[in-house]
Amino acid sequence: MLHRSKGKALREALIEWLIRICGISAVIFVFAIFFFVFWEGKGLIFNNKVNINTASIEAITKVEGIDESLASKIVSTRSEIKLEKRLTTEWLLKEDLLDEDTFVLIEPFIKAKEFSFWKFLTTQEWYPASESNPRYGVFALIAGTFSVTLLSMLISVPFGLGSALFISEFCSPKLKETLKIIIELLAAIPSVVWGFIGLTIMNQLIMSIFGAQIGINVLNGAIILALMSVPIIVSIGEDALQAVPDSYREAAIGLGVTRWQMVYKVLIPAAKNGLLAAVLLGIGRAIGETMAVLMATGHAVNNPFDGDFPFLHALESVKTLTATIAAELGETARGSDHYQVLFIVGILLFSITFLVNLTADLVVKGIKNK
Amino acid sequence: MSENEINSKRFTKTSLVLKKEFNEKLAKGIFFSMTLAMIVPLLLIVSFLIYKAWPSLSFSFIFDMPKNGMKEGGIWPAFLGTLYLVIISLIIAAPVGVMAAIYLNEYAKDNWLTRTINLAVINLAGVPSIVHALFGLGAFVLFAGMGTSVIAASLTLAVMTLPVIIASTKEALSAVPMTFRQASWNMGVSRWQTIQRIVLPNSISGILTGIILQVSRAAGETAPIMFTGAVVFVPIAGDEVLAYGLMDKCMALAMHLYTISTQIPNVPESLQFAIAVALLGVVLLVNALSIGLRVYLRTHRKW
Repeated sequence: MLHRSKGKALREALIEWLIRICGISAVIFVFAIFFFVFWEGKGLIFNNKVNINTASIEAITKVEGIDESLASKIVSTRSEIKLEKRLTTEWLLKEDLLDEDTFVLIEPFIKAKEFSFWKFLTTQEWYPASESNPRYGVFALIAGTFSVTLLSMLISVPFGLGSALFISEFCSPKLKETLKIIIELLAAIPSVVWGFIGLTIMNQLIMSIFGAQIGINVLNGAIILALMSVPIIVSIGEDALQAVPDSYREAAIGLGVTRWQMVYKVLIPAAKNGLLAAVLLGIGRAIGETMAVLMATGHAVNNPFDGDFPFLHALESVKTLTATIAAELGETARGSDHYQVLFIVGILLFSITFLVNLTADLVVKGIKNK
Repeated sequence: MSENEINSKRFTKTSLVLKKEFNEKLAKGIFFSMTLAMIVPLLLIVSFLIYKAWPSLSFSFIFDMPKNGMKEGGIWPAFLGTLYLVIISLIIAAPVGVMAAIYLNEYAKDNWLTRTINLAVINLAGVPSIVHALFGLGAFVLFAGMGTSVIAASLTLAVMTLPVIIASTKEALSAVPMTFRQASWNMGVSRWQTIQRIVLPNSISGILTGIILQVSRAAGETAPIMFTGAVVFVPIAGDEVLAYGLMDKCMALAMHLYTISTQIPNVPESLQFAIAVALLGVVLLVNALSIGLRVYLRTHRKW
């Protein structure tokens, strides 16, 4: 029996506890991300304080029994405190700018600001910076994200899976190593460099090839995103193909089939879950991509889908969920409605990518259990 | 029929065989061209970037201060800022990530907790970078009161790189054969001592490869540092290496490229391209280092 000093045993126990704590760090961070993003944005959902905006002040001045000096006082106070606090009736009462009687008079004109999550998701009007009537409808932004992701997947899925098949099944070991390294380097290019490529090179190309007025649009973003998500699809797809036991290949080749027949009839059915997971993770990356999309899609709140052929207008500029946060967060004051709504958009994004990744994980688990 | 004729008939390719061979060639050709279609644009783009950047590229470009409202001069403060962010974020993320991977690979049993952790790692890796930025802003800048600073941005980057460090370390650890551990345990050595003396020394190079790879990822990220620490311009003394304090705002290469190309009008084209090439160069160099190390290790593996 080995004898060890108590001090050593204690130290070891401490280290093991530290390791355990670090072990659950990932779980802690996922919850922390959700919590803090939600915390910063929660005011808009739960805070139903009355908010006086320019429109309601205009209405107030028209009420009989209110002198103009009060209205102008409210207006001046409003511009003074605009950035620090929200001008609410509670605050006005506290600061003695309003007495109870006047409050009753103007009450019908100041509507309780309500945030309806349904309206947030389904309306198209995104005017968060509007003084008189800010509207927060993210449907056009969701459509923007969806259009860019869809088009980029139409390009990157066939190319990604095709390359994965070529690298895994059709090329020599030496070529395979080289290609894998190139694809790794492709994955390493920073998104802001991709954005820059979209802004400068792709922009010119699209304008001259398609004769579009603006070269930064859905198509530009989609091509950039496709080049960005192809490496993920290739490397995970290749892993999935490698996970198919060699006995499958040998059995097929033994029957005298060609490589393509083997791939088509044996490998693809056997690896289909892994290939699906590869596609899903590519989608996850495309949805969450920020800088490249911010610089390449042209920044116009616009729904590129409509009922007319070809349904998706790829030469129109759009704005995506991610780009909206990145572009607008810097201009907002902490605690303002606009600031909070951006955090809610963040929660929305977090939920979407969480679902996509969860699905990919379950799909992969599906193969392992088989 | 003579024997020859019979033989030639026997080995003639039937239309079925011809068809399958044709399909084989077609499939191979299509997949090959698909692979090429991804690689050729990459090479073209990179060479075009370098071509455009050529007039501005020089050794002093990296070590000069930006001049004339950032329309001339070099990128030194941004370069230094990126160096700061990457190093500090790795100092934070690497120990936590490696220990988390040790837990997952060496200690964790197959139960609900382990499954939850694995799921969390996958999801953390999939969180959009802009959501990391929101988290960093809410948690570090505002809640912890760090303000927009080097440390807040580094912490945000650390959380972002954590899942990938965990994944790559786990892979390196699981490459150490189980028999090594069993031999050690049979000598009466404790679990932690086995990890310390047997598992880690045998996997350290694999772990390092994964961590180096994260350097390149952290260096290229823009969104997470945009609202947590990186700003458009910080005047620093050109000859100081310790120019930024932990609580200072800083510049960063990726952020610099974004600002120069979108926010500031009339920046000469070659300067924009030069910054892009500098960033790309840093990232690809670090990546190539990591790949080279991995290839070297694979050919020099002891077991």
